[in-house]
Amino acid sequence: MTANILIAIFTFALLALLLGSALCFAAKRLKGDRNALVEQINAILPQTQCGQCDYAGCRPYAAAIAQGEAINKCPPGGEATIQALANLLEQEAVPLNTEHGTHEAPQVVIIREDDCIGCTLCIQACPVDAIVGTAKQMHTVITDACTGCKLCLPPCPVDCIDLTQRVAA
Amino acid sequence: MSDYLLILIATALVNNFVLVKFLGLCPIMGVSKKVDTAVGMSLATAFVLTLTAIMSYLVNTYLLIPLGLEYLRIIAFILLIAGVVQLTEMVLNKTNPLLYQVLGIYLPLITSNCAVLGLALLNVQAQHSFIGAIVYGLGTAAGFGLVLILFAALRERLVAADVPLPFRGSAIALVTVGLMALAFMGFAGLIKG
Repeated sequence: MTANILIAIFTFALLALLLGSALCFAAKRLKGDRNALVEQINAILPQTQCGQCDYAGCRPYAAAIAQGEAINKCPPGGEATIQALANLLEQEAVPLNTEHGTHEAPQVVIIREDDCIGCTLCIQACPVDAIVGTAKQMHTVITDACTGCKLCLPPCPVDCIDLTQRVAA
Repeated sequence: MSDYLLILIATALVNNFVLVKFLGLCPIMGVSKKVDTAVGMSLATAFVLTLTAIMSYLVNTYLLIPLGLEYLRIIAFILLIAGVVQLTEMVLNKTNPLLYQVLGIYLPLITSNCAVLGLALLNVQAQHSFIGAIVYGLGTAAGFGLVLILFAALRERLVAADVPLPFRGSAIALVTVGLMALAFMGFAGLIKG
């Protein structure tokens, strides 16, 4: 009787050990790539890094969407982005949440170079490093890299940065 | 060979797990809102069913019977199924993270899908050979997938249909499953015995 119980316990311990180690091995080999979905979402977002969604940038917002955040918080992307996200995530497309801003045509900023005092504040604010310049030197914007996020406008002490429509290249 | 074909058809159509034996209804109701999801769920369940059929046969024949532990069969099978489902989850997370997310809770719930345990136990009861057990698993998977995908397709149409108010939602879904089960009864005449 005791032998039977011991055999049963031993067998099941062995079985569990075998399964456990097999799973452990499989887990190492097939390391779940949770980031793959985040990458897919990130590729749809417009990469303005404007922060209007209340996240620090597009990738953090993509990570949040992957965790179930609403898909309608991206004003620069507008309806097209929401539709693409809805298709990817098999959700209903919802209208843009205007609390985060309204959709506008792509914009870029231009620094009025005569007025620039070279304070470097806009360089620190730029999320995509599209402004070049150094202290006490005139700054300028690399138009191709500018995403039109407007984050450089508030820090400028002399308001020498203008928003313009992006001209199609 | 024809024996195996017989097992395959018998499990997939005549003794369909879902519509004739009424096993595994939870995912049928839960994951049948979209055909794409249903296809993913069918494949995941098929993987689990086939692997479980193989492993439960091996454990039963080479471990439980020689050691006289048949009375612990259910516990051993549940252990195996849980392991296989974990593996399926990892594989799916790696290969298709989106589907992994869409299936959500229904993926770990394959563990408690009675079709899987039912398959392992019925395999023992029917005293299939090793190949027979695998074919039985494949047939079950095919039958489960067939019903799940057909039902999902029906439900997609149902969304657009003008269903009377008291029947909306689960009620009409259950009525639909019942009608499908009736239709599958027609296969009973396919094979004698």
